[in-house]
Amino acid sequence: MAVVSTRSGRLGNRIAIAIVLVITLIFLSPIYWITTTAFKPLVQATSVPPSVLFEPQITPFVKLFTKRAQLTGPVSPEVYEAAPWWEKLVLDGGERLARDGNGDVVFSAYPDRFVNSLIIAITSTILAVSLGTITAYGFSRFRVKGEADLLFFILSTRMLPPIVVAIPMFLMYRAVGLNDTHVGLIILYTAFNVSFAVWLMKGFIDEIPKEYEEAALVDGYTRMQAFFKIVLPEAATGIAATAVFCFITAWNEYAFALILTNRRAQTAPPFIPSQVGTGLQDWTVIAAGTVLFLLPVAIFTFLLRNHLLRGMSFGAIRK
Amino acid sequence: MTEIQLRNIDKHFGPVHVIREINLTVKDQEFVVLLGPSGCGKTTTLRAIAGLEDIDSGDILIDGKPVQNLHASERDVAFVFQNYALYPHLTVYENMAFPLRAVRQNREEIDKTVQSVATSLGITGLLNRRPSALSGGDMQRVAIGRSLVRRPKAILLDEPIGSLDAKLRESMRVELKRLHIENGSTSIYVTHDQVEAMSLADRIVVMHEGLLQQVGTPDDVYRYPANIFVAQFVGSPIMNMAAADISEGSSGVSVSLGGVSFAFPAALSGKLKEAGAQKGKVMLGVRPEGVLLSHEPKDGYVEVTSGIIEPLGSHDIVDLKVGDIVLRARTKSGFVAGPGLKVWARIDPAQAHFFDTTSGSSLEIRL
Ligand SMILES: Nc1ncnc2c1ncn2[C@@H]1O[C@H](COP(=O)(O)OP(=O)(O)OP(=O)(O)O)[C@@H](O)[C@H]1O
Ligand SMILES: [Mg+2]
Repeated sequence: MAVVSTRSGRLGNRIAIAIVLVITLIFLSPIYWITTTAFKPLVQATSVPPSVLFEPQITPFVKLFTKRAQLTGPVSPEVYEAAPWWEKLVLDGGERLARDGNGDVVFSAYPDRFVNSLIIAITSTILAVSLGTITAYGFSRFRVKGEADLLFFILSTRMLPPIVVAIPMFLMYRAVGLNDTHVGLIILYTAFNVSFAVWLMKGFIDEIPKEYEEAALVDGYTRMQAFFKIVLPEAATGIAATAVFCFITAWNEYAFALILTNRRAQTAPPFIPSQVGTGLQDWTVIAAGTVLFLLPVAIFTFLLRNHLLRGMSFGAIRK
Repeated sequence: MTEIQLRNIDKHFGPVHVIREINLTVKDQEFVVLLGPSGCGKTTTLRAIAGLEDIDSGDILIDGKPVQNLHASERDVAFVFQNYALYPHLTVYENMAFPLRAVRQNREEIDKTVQSVATSLGITGLLNRRPSALSGGDMQRVAIGRSLVRRPKAILLDEPIGSLDAKLRESMRVELKRLHIENGSTSIYVTHDQVEAMSLADRIVVMHEGLLQQVGTPDDVYRYPANIFVAQFVGSPIMNMAAADISEGSSGVSVSLGGVSFAFPAALSGKLKEAGAQKGKVMLGVRPEGVLLSHEPKDGYVEVTSGIIEPLGSHDIVDLKVGDIVLRARTKSGFVAGPGLKVWARIDPAQAHFFDTTSGSSLEIRL
């Protein structure tokens, strides 16, 4: 009996693994597509049927980071010989790099936009998670008057599709001078994420027995100390999960970034599709921008993967 | 030297009156057990003393100083929680050192204290483990250890061994007693298990619905329960309780239970009058060991029929049909062979308790 059940168990396991594998492949295929596109020559990127075999090149990345202009005539051999290898890649594609008065290469706006994305996403995540954690702690541990109503109110800020308020937001931001500022987007994303963070963190903190803090209180710690020494470490898993969600939301946000920013504070999402080539839409450059854009979320999630796995099941199971 | 005094403590949770006018003094080095059924307010009382729960009115005094307005951290008591509340992210050592770090003791001192407490509890081998890798009994030892390191004024324990299995409970009971004797710290211990209460307590405090029912030594509470509630709550199996119809005859007083008359000494009627008992409003309580049995008719014994028998090894508990009620008697094992047999029974007057039916209070008659 035991042997049979182990065997069927093993078979079941194999089937499960096969299914997971197939699902993973399906989910990874767009990422494979965009990543390969980022390394393809433009011709092959747009060829029908798609070419599977190609010689990988990093020209799209060079283009992504530079400003270019269409070549009007053939390049003189001396200029071509004097150019560094990465400039040659661009020249080969029929474009030349834009240079400033000193002859230095002019960078594209992509690095700036990328840094903007980092600043805005990280800051708003820290703010949303901190505020969310403190608020959730209050709701979880103290008798708050009208607790249910307040929590509903907090959640209700997420009930309207955000884009509905885009125009009023734009007008308000312009009126108070938050248009195209980092602070503007940070406030917006924080406000957007904090309701989510409160609810998520409340679930996690509710799961932490209040006796932990009470033990600390009785043993001579203040509530603040108990919060930092006991509650925070215990809630680490929940905080990590919440942070990943908030970060992804802020990092991916497109619509408001498109409407509320255009230069100084513009983030990567609205910038990448605007990256057209000098003559035509250069899909390889867009793909290169997208691949780099994927990395922070991937790294962040990877670093927190242990917490996340525990966090998902932890918050989900209610007693 | 620590004395804890509760004066007129009152506490509501919304509309629920959880603690009603509690007055209690716990003497230095005393081990007091709060005993009562689930939901009677034991935990709330203990938490109020620790400062984890505010009270509506009254005074809590520790060594004569009112503390009801102090934070928990300023009261210098330790609390052992039913779920132990060991910090999962810290090792056993760190858990035990945690209260000492609050008072910023130096490393060596902390280490010395933790090691010595761990030694006395026999948990030195566990110091590097995480709580999740401990058995229930070990967690409980660590929790007690954490409460001892600081040498607090008093230790408050909320059902600390309630979640252990029966066998472990018994050995932990002994260990707790030993620790209390060694450390002599003033302790308040909450439980709903009367065996625990009887075996550990210097004094038992019986609570019911937020009211103190009786405060006394285990012996007092067992032998002279103050009311029907205490009588039935303390002792196992529970005390027989029946309405008693009392009439005076020529040879003495007869007490009729369920229509069957038992002989009692003549002194009873005078004492009942003295206690102000009203006719028809008296309950008689007698523990199973106060119901005496005989195989043959004897003077003062009445004929009854045996019912279900519970053999418990060391003794049997025998149900007796007495008129239209059932009395339970405690006998030697195998004394009554089976159900449906004729036996003769008598109630030991010295073990009989009389209560006022209306108030439930004991009439305090001792024969
Ligand atoms: N935080 C609270 N809010 C509202 N009611 C409460 C709260 N804590 C306890 N109660 C109520 O107060 C009463 C007494 O509770 P308490 O926990 O003191 O009982 P207990 O004697 O310790 O019972 P148990 O043996 O089950 O632990 C119960 O009716 C309980 O439902
Ligand atoms: Mg309790």
